Amino acid sequence: MSGERLLMSGDDAVALAALHAGVRLGTGYPGTPSTEILETFDRLGGRAQWSPNEKVALEVGMGTAFAGARTLVTMKHVGLNVAADPLFTAAYTDIEGGLVLVSADDPGMASSQNEQDNRHYARAAALPMLEPIDSQQAYDFTWLGLEISERWKIPVILRLTTRVCHSKTAVVPRDSADEMAEPRFERDIPARVMIPAYAKPAHHRLRQKLAEIADWNEQDGPNRLDEGKAELGIVATGIAAVHAREAAPEARQLTIGLTYPLPLDRIRAFAEGVERLVVVEEGDPVLVDALRAAGIPAEGKPEMYRFGELNVERVRRILAGDTSPEPIPPKGKPPELCQGCSHRTVFQALRDLDCIVAGDIGCYTLGVLPPFSAMDTCVCMGASIGVGLGMRHVLPEDQARRVVSVIGDSTFVHSGITGIAEMVYNPPATGHLVLILDNGTTAMTGQQEHPGTGRLLDHSPTGKISFEALAESMGVQNVHVVESSAGEEGLKTLIAELLAKPETSLVVTRQPCVLAAPKIRFYEKAAAEQLAAEKGCAAEPAG
Amino acid sequence: MTKVTNVVIAGLGGQGVLKASDILADAAFRAGFDVKKSELHGMSQRGGSVSSDVRFGTRVLSPMVPPGEADVLLVLEATQIEINRPTLRDGGILIGPDVLAEGALKNKKSLNVALLGAASTVLDIPEDEWFAAMYANLAEKLHKINEQAFALGRAAALERSQAD
Repeated sequence: MSGERLLMSGDDAVALAALHAGVRLGTGYPGTPSTEILETFDRLGGRAQWSPNEKVALEVGMGTAFAGARTLVTMKHVGLNVAADPLFTAAYTDIEGGLVLVSADDPGMASSQNEQDNRHYARAAALPMLEPIDSQQAYDFTWLGLEISERWKIPVILRLTTRVCHSKTAVVPRDSADEMAEPRFERDIPARVMIPAYAKPAHHRLRQKLAEIADWNEQDGPNRLDEGKAELGIVATGIAAVHAREAAPEARQLTIGLTYPLPLDRIRAFAEGVERLVVVEEGDPVLVDALRAAGIPAEGKPEMYRFGELNVERVRRILAGDTSPEPIPPKGKPPELCQGCSHRTVFQALRDLDCIVAGDIGCYTLGVLPPFSAMDTCVCMGASIGVGLGMRHVLPEDQARRVVSVIGDSTFVHSGITGIAEMVYNPPATGHLVLILDNGTTAMTGQQEHPGTGRLLDHSPTGKISFEALAESMGVQNVHVVESSAGEEGLKTLIAELLAKPETSLVVTRQPCVLAAPKIRFYEKAAAEQLAAEKGCAAEPAG
Repeated sequence: MTKVTNVVIAGLGGQGVLKASDILADAAFRAGFDVKKSELHGMSQRGGSVSSDVRFGTRVLSPMVPPGEADVLLVLEATQIEINRPTLRDGGILIGPDVLAEGALKNKKSLNVALLGAASTVLDIPEDEWFAAMYANLAEKLHKINEQAFALGRAAALERSQAD
């Protein structure tokens, strides 16, 4: 395989590198633009699994890394907020197997609820961060991340952005790693049990590791110098580096690959050799602030370029100091709920009943658009339940009775279960109603499995969580399941009935996603056939 | 900098915009060019506007075609022509769904490949690389119908350029 030139996306390049580098387990939760990494890793023969959410995915990854196995953990930028709790303390521990955590950021919000810049996490959690500019570097930096991780026993963040994840560029892979040592438990209590007595020295160790990595980055880090005239020097990272190179081919450019901890001496020397130094970075002014804090005089970009993605044209404007209004791109056709989508019935009913709808993250967020306009809040995964409860607590009774929380099946497993605990524990005086829109898949990100589908990442059968049984066991007073056959009127009547009761209620509306339904039928049939074949075998006499 | 060829393919979710850009990028890559291809997934899959950029040449830097620098713009849906027109450079070539006569295609799904056929008359990619890319990116049962679509699109574009 080595030496062959391939055209592939950044996501696929990470998966291929993980395979070649001997990653034992890939974990994550689906999220654009990161989803394809684990799907490709599985397809290539790697072992990959979806976790209920990113926090669990990282915790499983910590376990495999403690046990000495190379590990890949993937998520989108907002997923790292969910995984931030383990992340910050994982930084203090010593890991054995390399752990690369992919944070796939979405500047410009092609498919996200915010455009947070996860470079802040590297500094906040004190973890090394690599930022590839294309698929080749996505491949190389996955390897390098594992190597840095093992050398300094520290998790490494590989920060991708939408245009690195989803652009296809050339990759020349290397030979696969030699056979790795088998995972094996070695006790090292002070390195992995973060009670204060051990965490205090661990914090010092972490800072020492970072100092050593910064030294290494100065000399041997994956930073690239493009020669050019001394009039203009550019320091750039990630996808912005290729835009900059195209916008100003005559400039001298230093592209930083390991962006935390920074090679500040190298940047200082570069700055001294140019007449004008401009930092070209997408998103927040992270790099330019770091340079200025280190006393390196650098120009950043005007505030208007903090918003949205950069491209060649915007970088030209940044270099020219042009702050005139940008042309507004013509509006395309917005997305909509598919014809035949099961969510349509639900949003029609909610609209007709004039409900106040606390919404959540998924395809069904499209219920906010006309003709439904039936969503009043949407913040983050699982927020529908807490937000709905909060509104119920303080609104006048006539309004409180109209509040409904709407959440999808995958989102419910991800972050909705603790919301139900809250509802049972702190029920509003008017009660509350939660609708789980169960379409049998993680539809928005491209139909991934989750613990409520009863199938693994590769669609083979596994254990299955029953939402209705879970709600009953948690003490929700009224639990109903509405199959698609009930139709809009049946659903409307039920919702109206439950809203009138000062009790806690949960309704699961169950109808497969129209896009996923044929595949779901195929997986179910395959599973039934396998079960029948196994039974057939078991019935045969041993021997 | 060496000349880079910029192509933008646009349409609506479900029309095969991304598949067409995969085939084009693969064909250019097989022809020995450096290639970069970029697009947005996610929300755009739900029937909304979709576009994909393909750039090829001796060395490509940014994966995105800068506004006003597309040499060729392929649009699969008439309503999407105007919103994508600003991407085209002065003198750039627009290839819309009207390149083919109404009903010329046996299967409307192969419009994406028909427009690639039309584009093949102005892009510097050998014919056998186009076909190799098509075979590699489409299921075998779709090969024949897409070969026909490609040929139809190519013939229509040639006819039109001769008429001009």
